Amino acid sequence: MAEYKPRYVGTVTKYVFVDSPDMTPSDLALRAYEISLGVMIKETCFGLQITGKESEVDEIINRLRSLDPVHIFVKDRGFPPGDPRRCRANLGGARPGYYGHEYELTLIKNVSKGLEKLPSRPPGAVPEPPVPKTEKKLDVHTLKKIIESQES
Amino acid sequence: MAKVFIYPVTSLILSDLVARFGHKPLSAAMQIRERIQTAGLESPPLQVTPEDPKKGLKYAAVEVPSGVRGRMALFGPMVEDADAAIVVNDADFSFGCMGCARTNELLAFLIRTRGIPVLDLVYPRTEEEGIEFVAAIRDFLAGLEGK
Repeated sequence: MAEYKPRYVGTVTKYVFVDSPDMTPSDLALRAYEISLGVMIKETCFGLQITGKESEVDEIINRLRSLDPVHIFVKDRGFPPGDPRRCRANLGGARPGYYGHEYELTLIKNVSKGLEKLPSRPPGAVPEPPVPKTEKKLDVHTLKKIIESQES
Repeated sequence: MAKVFIYPVTSLILSDLVARFGHKPLSAAMQIRERIQTAGLESPPLQVTPEDPKKGLKYAAVEVPSGVRGRMALFGPMVEDADAAIVVNDADFSFGCMGCARTNELLAFLIRTRGIPVLDLVYPRTEEEGIEFVAAIRDFLAGLEGK
């Protein structure tokens, strides 16, 4: 078994998603390159992937986020860009994954609206968030009665 | 700053909101990063060591499919480490490494048995729900300050 030598040890990789009427991923990438501070930036169809030391990455993200705070979203990524285990260039086709991001990006405009409206919300107002349905499920005693009624 | 376990553990929305409101989201990416940045013998796709199945065995018996134990080796320690949790209940379970429905059920059970504060939500389908969704998360996280 080959020895594994990890790349980019001590770095973090973060996704930056932009879903804005005023800014495209290319705009965001241009701004990021201007302030890149030597960290690795990869432009993608949804925004960016930024890889570097955590403090540097956080600083860049804070500056990028200030451009359009309610439409820029950030999350951590485990793999660095171009990792042969995940990169589609090595896998011979489209790579799996991104379904979660794709799904959440269809809803993210609602979250953006929430972030936009939140400062004007009266203090102390109790939120009424969308809550899970509490449908009553068939309890075991009723099921037993149904089975018994069918058997008799 | 509290450590907040998010479910789905790969969620962009929850990861962003928890960090935005000043807390630390516990997500799958951190566990994966830790493994792939550790040198050793190559064991793709992740640098899984013999210790990981042992961690998984703490949460699920050996008869349970290995995928459940493997996932629990990643997520279980995070649940134990968390000060609070935010759970989105109508999540699509094809979220990358969130794929196994049995793991998701076990995870939901573990979160409840920990006794930590839990915020239960569903994804916001309208703008009004979005406002309430964000407000609920902000208020929940504000209540965690000082821990």
